[in-house]
This record gives sequence, C-alpha cells and structure tokens, in this order.
Amino acid sequence: MSAVVRAGRRRPLHRIEPTAVVGVMSRDATVFTRNWKTTTFSSIVEPTIYLLAFGFGLGALISSIGGLTYKEYVGTGIVAMAVLFSSAFPGLYGTFLKYRFQRTYDAFLAAPVDVDEIVSAEILWIGLRAGVYGNAPLLVAIAFGLHPKPTAVLVPLICFVAGVGWVGFGVAISASAQSIDNFSYITSGVLTPTFLTAGTFFPISNFPPLLRALAYVNPLHHCVALVRDVVVLGVHPWADLGHLAFLVGFALLTWRLAIWRLRVRLID
Amino acid sequence: MGVSDAPAIALRGVVKRFGPITAVAGLDLEVPPGICLGLLGPNGAGKSTTMRMLTAQAIADEGSIEVLGWKLPAESKQARAEMGVVPQLDNLDVELTCRQILTVFARLYRVEPAERPAAVQRALQIANLTERAETRVDLLSGGMRRRLLIARGLVHRPRLVLLDEPTVGLDPQIRQELWSLIGALRAEGTTVLMSTHYIEEAERLADTVCVMARGLIVARGRPAELVREHAGAQTHEVYGPPARLEELRAQGERAGWAMRRSGPALAIMHAERHDGLLPEGVRRAATLEDAFVALTGEEIE
Repeated sequence: MSAVVRAGRRRPLHRIEPTAVVGVMSRDATVFTRNWKTTTFSSIVEPTIYLLAFGFGLGALISSIGGLTYKEYVGTGIVAMAVLFSSAFPGLYGTFLKYRFQRTYDAFLAAPVDVDEIVSAEILWIGLRAGVYGNAPLLVAIAFGLHPKPTAVLVPLICFVAGVGWVGFGVAISASAQSIDNFSYITSGVLTPTFLTAGTFFPISNFPPLLRALAYVNPLHHCVALVRDVVVLGVHPWADLGHLAFLVGFALLTWRLAIWRLRVRLID
Repeated sequence: MGVSDAPAIALRGVVKRFGPITAVAGLDLEVPPGICLGLLGPNGAGKSTTMRMLTAQAIADEGSIEVLGWKLPAESKQARAEMGVVPQLDNLDVELTCRQILTVFARLYRVEPAERPAAVQRALQIANLTERAETRVDLLSGGMRRRLLIARGLVHRPRLVLLDEPTVGLDPQIRQELWSLIGALRAEGTTVLMSTHYIEEAERLADTVCVMARGLIVARGRPAELVREHAGAQTHEVYGPPARLEELRAQGERAGWAMRRSGPALAIMHAERHDGLLPEGVRRAATLEDAFVALTGEEIE
C-alpha cells in the first residue's frame, strides 16, 4: 500500500464550483454511455407516435389552424411535449432513485460537493438531453414535408431552456415526495393537463377565459409558441423575448426550488 | 497551535436532536492527528449521527465542530476536500466500473486532471482491485465492493479518513482483509476515525477507544487501559442453573461486585479483588467487552 499522508491544502472552495458541477455531470454522462439506448428510445418514441397519430389522424380532418397546416401545427407543438417528457420524468424518477435507493447523493455529499452543485449538474445534464431529444419530432415532421425557417436552428436552445425548468420542477417534486407512487398525482394532475393546454394539439385562444389565463402561465405554452415562431411562423422579437423571459424565469424559479427541497431531504 | 498539532477533529458540546429523540447529547470529542480512534458503541448510540455531522450531512443543533481546522458547517466543503469517507451503507453506482467510479470521485475531490489516472491506479492498488478495474460494480462480490468504497475514500490521499462501521455485515475472512487495509492506513500516519460496534475491531485497530452510549462518550483510553480501569485484571465466570445464578447475583449485589450476564454464565469482574469469596468457576483475563458492559450496561457484539 502506498503512502496516503500529505500536507493539507488550504484553498478556498466556493458555493457553486464548476469542477463539482462538471464532476457530477461526468458521472451522469458515464452512466448515459451505458443506458443511452433505452433513455433515447423512451424520450423520442412516445412524442413521435403522438406526432404521427395526430398529424396523420387529425391532420386528415383539419385543413389548417392559424394559417398553418395541421402537420406544421402539431409538428412544432409536439417538440414541447418531447421536452416535457425528457426532462420532467428524469427529474422525478431519476432523483428519487438516486436519493432513496442508490444513495448516490449521499456519496457526493461526503465529497466536496454541495446540494446546489448536485441540483445544478442534474438540471444542466438533463436540460442538455432535452435540448437534443426535443428536436426528434421536428426531424420526423421535416421528413414528412415540414419546411422549417433558418431560425429553426434555435430550437435546441429553446428546448434546453424549457427542459431546465421542467427538470427543476421534477427534482423539487421528487425531493418532496414520500413515495414513488405519489408521482401518479403529478403525472395525471399536472403534466398531462400541462401538455394538453399548451397549444400543442389545438389553439388555446378558444379556451374559456379562466382556462386561457391558466394556459398563459403554463411554461410549456411559451415553449410551444417560441418553437412555432422560429420554425414556421417567423420571429416576433418582442413577443418571443417575452416567451423566452418566461422560460428563463421558470427555470430560475424551479432551480432554486429544487435546491431548497433537496437540501431539506438530504441534510438532517 | 500550528496546523500540524491541532486536533484533526474537535467536537465541543455537540447536540443533535431528531424530533423528541436526542441522538447526540452534548458530545465532547478530540481526535489528535495521526491516530486511529475507535468510536465503540451499540446501535443507536449516536455514532452514525456523529459521523454524518462531520461531513455536514447532519447539522448540529448546539455546540461547535472543527475538522482539520475548518469550522462546520460553514466550511465543511473545505474539510470534505481533505478527508475521505467510507460509509456504512453501500452507495456505489452499480452501472459503473471500478475505474469509472474512482475517476468521477478523483474529479470531485479536485485531483488535478494530469494526476487523475495515477491517483485512480494507486487507489485500485490500495484496495487490491487492479485486476477488477474494468469490472462493473454489480458484478463485484460484497467484499470487493467494500474495498472499492475504501478506495473511493482514499483516491485523493486524504489527511483524515472516516470509517463508519467498515466491516458491518461482512464474513470473517473479508473482515480480516479489511482490517489489514485499515491497519496499513493507520501505520502510515493517516488520522482515522472509525465507528464500530464490534469489540474485536476496536481492540485490533484503534490506538484510542471512545465508548459511546446514549449520545455521549462515557469513557476514553487505550483498549488495555479501559479494560484495566473498568473491568480489572480478571473476570470470573460462574456456570449453573438459572436459579443458582440469580441467587449468586443477589449475593453479589449485596457485596458490591460488578457483574454481568455472559451467555449462559454470570461474569464477575475485578475477580482478583474477591479471591477466596467466589464460588467455583472459570477465571479468564478481563476483556474490552467486560469494560464496555460495565460502562454502559449494554451487551455488544
């Protein structure tokens, strides 16, 4: 056995250190190299099935919505759904598994890593994945005849920002849950209504006033509106900056919320 | 006091409550640098809570904690950068290989990028896992996983190592292997704080033993000193039917003997003080277990 004694280091460590965040992300990336096939399959296939079913099913019955063909309408709307699925669910289930069963976060906290860094790393990593997976329905729609504008290159960035917000939401809920069964309430009571009232499959302008007001504070609606603008409708600078600001605000809010809830969960 | 002679760990008046339960009740503990200190106590004595407070995974309600000169919890991150932790419960990533886990933690422990491969290789050697470097954790035996946990805690060459029940639940052969590993660590001068509820483990590995019960240190000393002070030189074990032992216990209580049940026998401690007064029995050298029971009134493994 080699010597393990050496003089102590006395360098200050900051509250959020890039080395710790990247270190936690490197763990996630290493695990991802093992399970990327299943993760990718589950994140892409379901939104794609929705796209094909609604695009070709309802698309045959509906000629256009707001000047867009139904395929264009749904093809851009389902991007947001892919973002939701590939960010909120890993945030919910992945976090729960890591703190309750695998005790991965306990291992990190015994090293010079704080809860802020764990949450930041998880959010960034899953947000990056959402930034990639969110494009899948769009690519399928392109294969079936959608002609995107050049500004469509901004879609990964929009998906990333929206994804970060939904991961934070998932982590915060997960850290507050007593049992994994509680997630059924969130899936049925929050996530499903969220993507149904985001303007994904039909416009929210026909909703009753109260429901329409609720839809406007639905972060997914702002993701849908942004994606639709940059891909097919064209950029409306002020309105789109507003949508982006809403998504950034949602991301910041859920990031802090996730840190608070996970700290309560992990630190006695 | 310079950094080198300051206590590696100093807890003063530390209290930790969980609702109505007081897990740690005004704990004072100093661990000088370079020794192996064994925290010996039964389950529920407050050992694991104490360990968690040293990594700021539990925050003390009262009192002060310093680790390697850093005040906790405010400076716990700096302290954790200079110590290694081997937890009681396995929290390894089962999907990763030994090398992948050690590489991730070398980064988290701020080992410089150029030094990481060598640090990982050294940790693998320490834990005798070099040949299993590319094996996934879920394919390792229980003993190998425990050795990997130790390697993970040593990958950055820490000044202080916390071992929380390092051999709990392991079979005797693997326990011996881990004892050699910990013994080597101790021989090289790394400060070790080890919690255990195994008497033999504390006796074999610790320079100093602190007996912990009900959230407090009830005695501290070298194992031999604790035995001499609290159990005497010899223990006299008397065997017989339960009624006879009960009668003897009553007689002993009247005479002020220190006694305890030891399996089927009644063990009378400080037997050398009562020569000529004791009934027929088996005389043996007093042990740390005798001292522990005398101190805490609780049986231990």
